[in-house]
Amino acid sequence: MPAIEAAAADPFLPELYRVVSVRRELADTATLEIVPASGERPSFAPGQFNMLYVFGVGEVAISMSGDCADRSRFVHTVRNVGAVSGAIAALEAGAVIGVRGSFGAGWPVAAAEGSDVVIVAGGLGLAPLRPAIYHLLANRARYGRVTILFGARSPQDMLYRSELEAWRRNLDVDVEVTVDHADPDWRGNVGVVTKLIPRAAFDPRETFAFVCGPEVMMRYASSALVDAGVAAGRVFLSMERNMKCAIGLCGHCQFGPSFVCKDGPVMALEKIASILTVREV
Amino acid sequence: MEGLDRILSEQPFFNGLPAELRTLVAGCARNHRFDAGQYLFHEGEAADEFFFIRHGKVALEIVAPGKAPIVFSTLGEGEIVGASWLVPPYRWTFDARAMELVRAIGVDAACLRGKCEADHHLGYEMMKRFAPILVKRLQDTRLQILDVYGRR
Repeated sequence: MPAIEAAAADPFLPELYRVVSVRRELADTATLEIVPASGERPSFAPGQFNMLYVFGVGEVAISMSGDCADRSRFVHTVRNVGAVSGAIAALEAGAVIGVRGSFGAGWPVAAAEGSDVVIVAGGLGLAPLRPAIYHLLANRARYGRVTILFGARSPQDMLYRSELEAWRRNLDVDVEVTVDHADPDWRGNVGVVTKLIPRAAFDPRETFAFVCGPEVMMRYASSALVDAGVAAGRVFLSMERNMKCAIGLCGHCQFGPSFVCKDGPVMALEKIASILTVREV
Repeated sequence: MEGLDRILSEQPFFNGLPAELRTLVAGCARNHRFDAGQYLFHEGEAADEFFFIRHGKVALEIVAPGKAPIVFSTLGEGEIVGASWLVPPYRWTFDARAMELVRAIGVDAACLRGKCEADHHLGYEMMKRFAPILVKRLQDTRLQILDVYGRR
């Protein structure tokens, strides 16, 4: 095998990507569009992630948040929660980073065809769900009711606010937003995102639910979905663990019998429910 | 009253409640209309009536002096506003404001408490229905306090 082909197939070797645009979403959160230094970006499925490498700082797993159908670029929304994510969130257009990917198991958008789909997102958890939402909207006729339930800390902390408003204007998608607290000018819901689940219109016997957000929120949301009658085998959560190698070798992201990087990050509730509340896992 | 009984029968709270008990509750009920911005009640006032929302949205607020009120919950159609009428000293601990036109059924708390004392079967049915609401709200509040979307 020629050396260059062997290198391209090496999952540990990052490809160079250039940042072409940066959108400051929130005070600590930015969305980056990155394009490959040469060639076309690899394909990806909604819910998968890349390993983004800031040279001299480190590497971190970040979910895709752009449209799978746009083959020109990757889109990543990154929150500054540490050295590497902080460095990525601070990048400017023109910067060059390393990218490995795409990795992991995504949202079961094909299996959900013909069913109602309920998206439950909390905070930055909307980012890994956005590719799935794009897919559902682009293939709207293949699905039953589509419901997006989004919870944020406050109206000022809402991610993709203008896009949420655009989705809400879409007559065949139900979008409900709630915030944990607000001032009296806020006209929307106040309360936890789980409160929106019993109010949402879907047929629980024929529903797939995709949930992403802080793990505590996902535990409560998945309970509310099961209480509403959705089968645990049709509730999917995007798990977050310490992903390092991204191909199931190093074991850092071991989650019970699974590796989040390889068997997830999207996992069915019925497979992980028994270990979700185990502190040591 | 027949009309109120019928309206109450459409509220999820009354699912499975024998009609004769629901009629007892309806005997304490009356219709309300609140315009947007109008308050259903204020913190510190006597909790002498609670509400089933038929239409519209209600904001529950807490006011700190010199600051804008903080909305900590909103309630909508089919939900109940107020539980302080259940426990002494029967005083509201927050403000409730109509965010838009609200149509509601108000239930006279003293009237219903009296009927619950006189008929413990009714009292038990009411408690069985209110307890899950209170527990759910406590759990929701816990999740809010955790500030799970905040930076940690």
